[in-house]
Amino acid sequence: MNLRKVFGLYTISFIGVTILIGLAEWLFDLPNRWIGWIFMGLSMGIYVVIGIVTRTSEADQYYVAGRGVPAVFNGMATGSDWMSAASFISMAGALSAQGFGGLAYVMGWTGGYLLLAVFLGPYLRQFGRYTIPDFLGARYGGNAPRVVGVVAAILASFTYLIAQVTGVGLIVSRFIGLPFQIGVFVGLIGVLFCSVLGGMRSVTWTQVAQYIILIISYLVPVVVLSFKLFAVPIPQLTYGQLLQRNNARVIELARDPQNVATREAWAAESKQLGEKLKDPALPPAEKAKLEAAKKTADGQAKPLVAPNDRIENYLKVPTGTGMWNFLALTFCLMVGTAGLPHILTRYYTTPSVRQARQSVAWSLLFIFLLYFTAPAYASFARHAVFHNLVGSNVSDLPRWVTLWAPAGLFSVVDKLGDGVVQLGDFVVKSTDFVVLATPEIAGLPFVITGLVMAGGLAAALSTADGLLLTIANAISHDLYYNVINPKASLMRRLTITKVLLIVTALIAAWTATFRLAIIVELVAWAFSLAAASFFPALVMGIWWKRANKPGALAGMIVGLGTTLYYMVGSRFFGVSWFGTTTIASGVFGIPLGFLTIWIVSLLTHAPAKEMQDLVTEIRYPRSGGVAVPGTVVPMPS
Amino acid sequence: MLTQLTQEQRERYWKYNIRLTVILLVIWFVVAYVLGGLLAGQLNKIVILGFPLGYYIAAQGSLAIFVIEIAVYARLMNKKDLEFGIREEATP
Repeated sequence: MNLRKVFGLYTISFIGVTILIGLAEWLFDLPNRWIGWIFMGLSMGIYVVIGIVTRTSEADQYYVAGRGVPAVFNGMATGSDWMSAASFISMAGALSAQGFGGLAYVMGWTGGYLLLAVFLGPYLRQFGRYTIPDFLGARYGGNAPRVVGVVAAILASFTYLIAQVTGVGLIVSRFIGLPFQIGVFVGLIGVLFCSVLGGMRSVTWTQVAQYIILIISYLVPVVVLSFKLFAVPIPQLTYGQLLQRNNARVIELARDPQNVATREAWAAESKQLGEKLKDPALPPAEKAKLEAAKKTADGQAKPLVAPNDRIENYLKVPTGTGMWNFLALTFCLMVGTAGLPHILTRYYTTPSVRQARQSVAWSLLFIFLLYFTAPAYASFARHAVFHNLVGSNVSDLPRWVTLWAPAGLFSVVDKLGDGVVQLGDFVVKSTDFVVLATPEIAGLPFVITGLVMAGGLAAALSTADGLLLTIANAISHDLYYNVINPKASLMRRLTITKVLLIVTALIAAWTATFRLAIIVELVAWAFSLAAASFFPALVMGIWWKRANKPGALAGMIVGLGTTLYYMVGSRFFGVSWFGTTTIASGVFGIPLGFLTIWIVSLLTHAPAKEMQDLVTEIRYPRSGGVAVPGTVVPMPS
Repeated sequence: MLTQLTQEQRERYWKYNIRLTVILLVIWFVVAYVLGGLLAGQLNKIVILGFPLGYYIAAQGSLAIFVIEIAVYARLMNKKDLEFGIREEATP
């Protein structure tokens, strides 16, 4: 069947259904909860159907989708594999709150694709393996690099996975009304259906379907808002003016006497709490509670802009340590992008090296569509808060404020008791609400909120799919098959993969119920881990034939170890090198990893002649052949 | 059906690849780290359509350049492959 026709028809049907739901809302006052259920039910239904239709038990199909995914579709699949809850739910929120500093995410998560394109993608395809630890095992020889690869893949992917599951729980609990803990498990059913039944093959086609939903749903609210405000439906162009308006408004709000009074009320509360905290007889639980309350009060009491600040307050470029952290985070995210196993394996699935190159280009183009819009989304979201929420009466706050309350991301407190919402009354605990709540804050019809919900779900589920598969394959293919039991039959390996998928999903869901950190932070950790452990070993393995097993092993361990040490140390024990933030921990591990591989390799024996020749060989794609002969593991089926 | 490149062809092919890679990486570095980072403060003094330039480069301009760079890379390398008689077929 013609793929373009299938997905074209699918896109049109999805838009049609959305319009129908919109009409139903408008004409019959369809209740919001129903709209939520319809969007979730429909989209999850599609994913499950694709999972069933594309089920497979063939090794090549299960691990690398038969190496037959055309570049355009692989690009879309990579796009949704890539764009997770962090890109969809979290990023615009971070931009809207942090201003310029948040742009590290935008540049970092796209700029890494160039590294992927020129250093890794085509060469990995040429090498023709199944997983990333598989590449390490084959290139460096022996099981040790493979096992370190498995550990690193699990560590990075699992951290990343928890963030996705948190996103799923957030959406399901808010829009469907199920408790967070149950929402998490409901969401995972959709994921498991695809990955368990058809591995990479099902995951790929589901991800294409998910990409279409997520990109439509991200663009629609901002396009509508741009049209409403400027009569031009291109938010990417119009938000420049909005940036200035938002800035002017912040300065206005900062000087507004009522808002100043609110700030003073918070400051007074902070002082009061401070006094209470001095009591030595305070029980620890009580103390923690007071400390948290004081932190909130302090945050709300902080002036919005420095006196005489004009344009800079929101667009201010960080300086000194701030600039260092900005650049360091950008660097970690870029290198992490090019080192994440679930993305790298996507370039095994294309039919040829040519298509692997094109595929990276398509991937970034599809990702670009969302990232190019995110800063605009952030601006429109900020505008909606300033104009629709601030200054409204507390008594007629819309229903969504109460509906969001259980999620615990923000609250509205009438600090002065004057019945009017001041900017200082709006307490933000996590900016993860921004994308999901903006359509409601801006007063758009609920169908758009439903659409955004479906998109966020698609983003989180698609990434979860890719990550789960990476973890399960690392254990079943690399650890079990290649290290423990090389005689295992394909049936046995696939069964193990399937069991692992379910077990991993359950563990991730259980871990997510603790709500560890905000989504972007968790994800940034995963990037630093992947960047420091994989990128140096992969790049050196492809570009330097002298790189050998002891070098790679030492490099991966030093890179990963340094990053982990700094991550844990700076988060919990006050370690600080050059004032670097926890989320940019990889900035030390990455160069150290490269350096270690270089030094240790030179100090030890060169790899075998055949291996060196092979490394030279993958530089030149071949006519009529796909992978270098003799490098593909024979897979009995 | 394998076409063997001669040693001389290989060297030319690889040199081309390296040169292209280096040019693309230099642009990438300047755009992301110099213009979008270090110099963004100064560039912000220029405002076009409401966008301060430094902010714009970090938020949108750099992304557009990355997309173009990768597309150029894929195009040029694929063209080079054909030039050297490398015609891959899809796996059956």
